[in-house]
Amino acid sequence: MTQPVLSVRDLKVDFVTRRGTLKALDGVSFDIARGEVLGVVGESGAGKSVTGAAVIGLIEPPGRISGGEILLGGQRIDDLPPAAMRRIRGRRIGMVFQDPLTSLNPLYRVGDQIVETILTHLPVGRAEARRRAIDLLKEVGIPAAERRIDGYPHEFSGGMRQRVVLALALCAEPELVIADEPTTALDVSVQAQIIGLIKRLCAERGTAVMLITHDMGVIAETADRVAVMYAGRVAEIGPVRDVVKRPFHPYSRGLMGSIPTLEGTADRLVQIPGSMPRLAAIPSGCAFHTRCPHAFAQCWLERPEPMEHEGHRVACFLYEPGMESARARADRIPADSPPVPTEEAKP
Amino acid sequence: MLAFILRRIAQSVVVLLTVGLIAFALFRLVGDPINQIVSLDTPQEQRLKIRAELGLDDPVIVQFGRYLARAAHFDFGISYQFRQPVSTLIGERMPATLELSLVAALFSLVVGIPMGVYTALRRGSALSSAFMALSLAGVSLPTFLIAILLRYVFSVQLGWLPSFGRGAVVQLGFWSTGLLTPSGLKAIILPSITLGLFQMTLIMRLVRAEMLEVLRTDYIKFARARGLSDRAIHFGHALKNTLVPVITIAGLQLGSLIAFALITEYVFQWPGMGALFLGAVQNVDIPIMAAYLMLIAFIFVMVNLVVDILYAVVDPRLRAHFQTA
Amino acid sequence: MTPEPATTPTAAARASAWARLRDSDILASFLASKVTMVSAFVTVVMLAGAAFAPWIAPTNPFDPASVDLLNSLLPPRWVEGGDPQFLLGTDNQGRDLWSAILYGMRVSLIVGVCGVAIAATLGISLGLLAGYLGGRLDAFIMRVADIQLTFPAILIALVIDGVVRALFKGVAREHTAFGVLVVSIGLSFWVQYARTIRGSTLVEKNKDYVQAARLIGIPAPLIMLRHVLPNVIGPVLVILTINLALAIITEATLSFLGVGLPPTQPSLGTLIRIGNDFLFSGEWWIVAFPGITLAAFVLAVNMVGDWLRDALNPKLR
Repeated sequence: MTQPVLSVRDLKVDFVTRRGTLKALDGVSFDIARGEVLGVVGESGAGKSVTGAAVIGLIEPPGRISGGEILLGGQRIDDLPPAAMRRIRGRRIGMVFQDPLTSLNPLYRVGDQIVETILTHLPVGRAEARRRAIDLLKEVGIPAAERRIDGYPHEFSGGMRQRVVLALALCAEPELVIADEPTTALDVSVQAQIIGLIKRLCAERGTAVMLITHDMGVIAETADRVAVMYAGRVAEIGPVRDVVKRPFHPYSRGLMGSIPTLEGTADRLVQIPGSMPRLAAIPSGCAFHTRCPHAFAQCWLERPEPMEHEGHRVACFLYEPGMESARARADRIPADSPPVPTEEAKP
Repeated sequence: MLAFILRRIAQSVVVLLTVGLIAFALFRLVGDPINQIVSLDTPQEQRLKIRAELGLDDPVIVQFGRYLARAAHFDFGISYQFRQPVSTLIGERMPATLELSLVAALFSLVVGIPMGVYTALRRGSALSSAFMALSLAGVSLPTFLIAILLRYVFSVQLGWLPSFGRGAVVQLGFWSTGLLTPSGLKAIILPSITLGLFQMTLIMRLVRAEMLEVLRTDYIKFARARGLSDRAIHFGHALKNTLVPVITIAGLQLGSLIAFALITEYVFQWPGMGALFLGAVQNVDIPIMAAYLMLIAFIFVMVNLVVDILYAVVDPRLRAHFQTA
Repeated sequence: MTPEPATTPTAAARASAWARLRDSDILASFLASKVTMVSAFVTVVMLAGAAFAPWIAPTNPFDPASVDLLNSLLPPRWVEGGDPQFLLGTDNQGRDLWSAILYGMRVSLIVGVCGVAIAATLGISLGLLAGYLGGRLDAFIMRVADIQLTFPAILIALVIDGVVRALFKGVAREHTAFGVLVVSIGLSFWVQYARTIRGSTLVEKNKDYVQAARLIGIPAPLIMLRHVLPNVIGPVLVILTINLALAIITEATLSFLGVGLPPTQPSLGTLIRIGNDFLFSGEWWIVAFPGITLAAFVLAVNMVGDWLRDALNPKLR
């Protein structure tokens, strides 16, 4: 069995504030293999971006990693000293941020920013770095790269800037690219181009991708596997086709039901009642039980651990052995049914 | 870019004309020029004759025009006190004030910027807290108290530095400089620190605030994600973006630095324009007051203009904006 | 901005300001509030000292009869050669320095408060007019403000002083000095008030309650005073505090430069001016005590002002 590029084991991230400790991530585990695209979805605040920041070692105070481990190519990186972690950032893990308009330093030419990154990580001279920068810009689809390399960021459009950002993320040939909402700030017409570009370039290089987004459409099109996050935990993780077509976790069911499709096979769009809890008020047991139409007593009391079920890993008691009849009943209840009232289900 | 500069120049001219009008009003209406020329027992006919000769009977607007035309040729009239042309008096003292102001500005930048960067990067450290306390004192304490304190400690008690004057000066053409002699260099230390201290604390606080702001931006986060060293991020990316607004403020402060120099000049008996102006106020020497006002306005307007253009040079976004506009 | 009920915007604004004050980190931070508390305490003690100077001070330094030249230049009581009668020593005219400082504080404060009052009244009025009426008046007032900002306050004050000297040549300085100082400070500091008030008036005049008042035919002066002014006056509080410190510094500087209050009515600045002449001959106390008093007062007022600004400004958190 080949070793995964990235392996996250039971990761916990806390934010210590004056009003107490908030658990932004509470036991997140997943792997990404070489050349694989893992989509990470969830509502805002579910912990997608915090996971990305934790992997690249850029959690900002008052946040801190309080448990678990992160392995890159089998080597533990979450406990590295800052200088060693810095050498991994940009070299072995590249990152693409959401807003290309603010990701580039407005006072530096784009070429200088790429050359600077190459010189930081690779043992090449300035002329060679510049040559590579031009090649990269060509590769990400910047026309007249030889000339545009001396332009300032404000001379590029949003889509073009995101291409530059992608070139920056890839310029030291990293093993893993974390793309945090890479298309959210872009026009719809440009989004597909950028996604396609990320997919193609990473496939050519065998680079693993962690694609963070709240857009299920993007995931369905791009990812090999998908992790659905809810309130700082992974609710479900599995191959993208399976999860989109047959989601298991009640939250994933709601989420997938909310994607409009062109075929119009679904009668109507599904809406999950309620909203995700704030970090300060995560319910006991399964964090989703307050919105779940299938919740039962155990959901209030215990926290479900992820369990294997038909190729997915699902954190839901419905998928424990011996719950077949409850599962069958759940399949008949629409995903946007009101949650089980407290009095009925409470032990 | 050219349109921008032209518009700026037009605005500057309006400011200068207004200040010129105030100076003229002072000159013409507050101090009756006749009384300064003639003695008390001069007969009335002779007074009227001198009035006519001086053009004081012409319409006010003509007189204003004449005043401006003369001012443009550096002719500000004759000082009542010294019975010498005002331009000569100011010309003699200008190098002293400009040298003092420039050294003070240099001091405030060279010390203020690193202190600001340090307090931004090492928030909460003991040295940062000390710097912040010092800056509060620098902003709060009146210049003349700081001058007295420095003078008492370093001149009276320790005897290290001269307590007044400019030291030996060297004449370079029309410019007399104190920066080329050991005594001149020693003499400028205390006055320039006194004058620059307020600006220094201002720049330090500004750099700190801007730096903290810049460190929170996405492009700094992205620079970290690219694995750049802290050095490259702090002193390359962050500092360059910090300095853009700092240049503006520091530049604008240069004008008030020259005006504020009069307090420092008074305490250290520095032979500059400020001391001349102060004497003129005490002795109601209107021509000097008017000329000094116009000069300060002129310097201020020029500094403003240069800062605006400099700003455009440093920030490529603005440069592009002006090109397209 | 959250929508506020049109009828009681002041009450809502005040309540939210208090809520912000209560929840603010500045108040929660013990160290900061300790420094602020000390500053507030120093400010209050000094204000009280100045206000009750005639009752606290052993002598009246303004009364030539109470002063004996034979007592001149005595050092403080605890220094060798000191006279137990004079706690902090005496100046060159034999005045008790402790009394002179108390009275000097009083003079400095009266000049500062009057000057700031003129500046605030002028600035608030012009700002309201400019913001509410707009048009050419607005452009003119703001242009004047821009030009005035070209000159530091101290320079404007000096020019006004020079003009007054020229216009009232025969009149003794004792009679003009106070008025000149107050007017100079008033005319130097109005710009900040005008700009602040104009800015918030521009926002406020488009709100529903002002429009409603206009529709039912309330005359413009009344709308400005009764409806707009109470809603834009908030930020002025902070400017007032910080400006008081600035005004006192300006007065002290002018007096120190010899164009402020004459030695017969010494303010702190005048005392420091006198003391500076004796520094070289070793009589350090004449400059030291007034200097320390001035520095402590200005620092304390600034601290309180800083804290007030941070506490009321939600942007800083």
